[in-house]
Amino acid sequence: MTQVFDEENRLVPVTVIEAGPCPVTQVKSMEKDGYDAVQIGYRPQKQQRLSKAALGHFKKAGVEPVAELQEFRTNGDSEFNIGDVLTVEKFEAGQKIDVIGTSKGRGFQGVVKRYGFAGGPASHGSMFHRRGGSYGMCQWPGHVIKGKKMPGHMGDVRRTVQNLQIIKVVAEKNLILIKGSIPGSRGSLVTVRTAVKNKASKA
Amino acid sequence: MSQAILEEITKDQLIEDRADFKVGDGVRVHLKVKEGEKTRIQIFQGIVICRKGGGLQETFTVRRIASGVGVEKVFPVHSPTIEKVEVDRESITMRARMYYMRDRIGKAANQVKEKRLVEAGR
Repeated sequence: MTQVFDEENRLVPVTVIEAGPCPVTQVKSMEKDGYDAVQIGYRPQKQQRLSKAALGHFKKAGVEPVAELQEFRTNGDSEFNIGDVLTVEKFEAGQKIDVIGTSKGRGFQGVVKRYGFAGGPASHGSMFHRRGGSYGMCQWPGHVIKGKKMPGHMGDVRRTVQNLQIIKVVAEKNLILIKGSIPGSRGSLVTVRTAVKNKASKA
Repeated sequence: MSQAILEEITKDQLIEDRADFKVGDGVRVHLKVKEGEKTRIQIFQGIVICRKGGGLQETFTVRRIASGVGVEKVFPVHSPTIEKVEVDRESITMRARMYYMRDRIGKAANQVKEKRLVEAGR
């Protein structure tokens, strides 16, 4: 992340994302595949790093081999064709987008860090420090209720951040600047889509 | 490599002539203040007690005593709302952050080792 000045000279926090160029490698249709979708690729890859099956897939589409593939569902009458290249020019400054990524893994964590439990007093003879308290009732119901917040693995899960604002699009470098933070560490792969729940922006 | 991209993006917003004041200097910060349609210049005068951060995120803190109350303002060094930063007295400091100025009261609150006086041998 970094910060940039906007038009009103306010310093806004931004995350820089490299988006595309993404070649369309396959268009799936209802008749042939049972659902409508478009498959796009990202990040060129050396041929020797890919399997023969993958290389055949790219050869059929007539695009350069890429490392990552991802599908997006479409509503059938898709405007995409195999070999088209999607770039950041699809986005414009001010637009609202959703970003999907994998959050940073925190390993096995207790309830204080994982769920923000208060924990107990540190001193004065207290023998209750970072424990989660009572896990349930007695002989009835006789079991711990499902979904009880307990210690466990934290992070490294798919997360979506909705309605992030695009501050700037740098077309020649395939970069977009998004206001705020997104899931995952530096250099991790994320999916960017137009916001699904975008309310009409106030005038 | 990703750091290089971040520097590239913020490069054109950096303002070059903002490097010439340092901690301890007495400065007059000329701020563009917007009032409705008009903009006017407001001056904040004080001592720079801190400069921290790097690149576009660098900030500096100016402290002054206004009506007997200590006031500190933090400005982004490369903010476009700052018209200019005028240095009216240079000084010599032993610290990178002059937070000890906060504990000073009375006459000492504005006293710094002025460079011109030190060089004159006083």
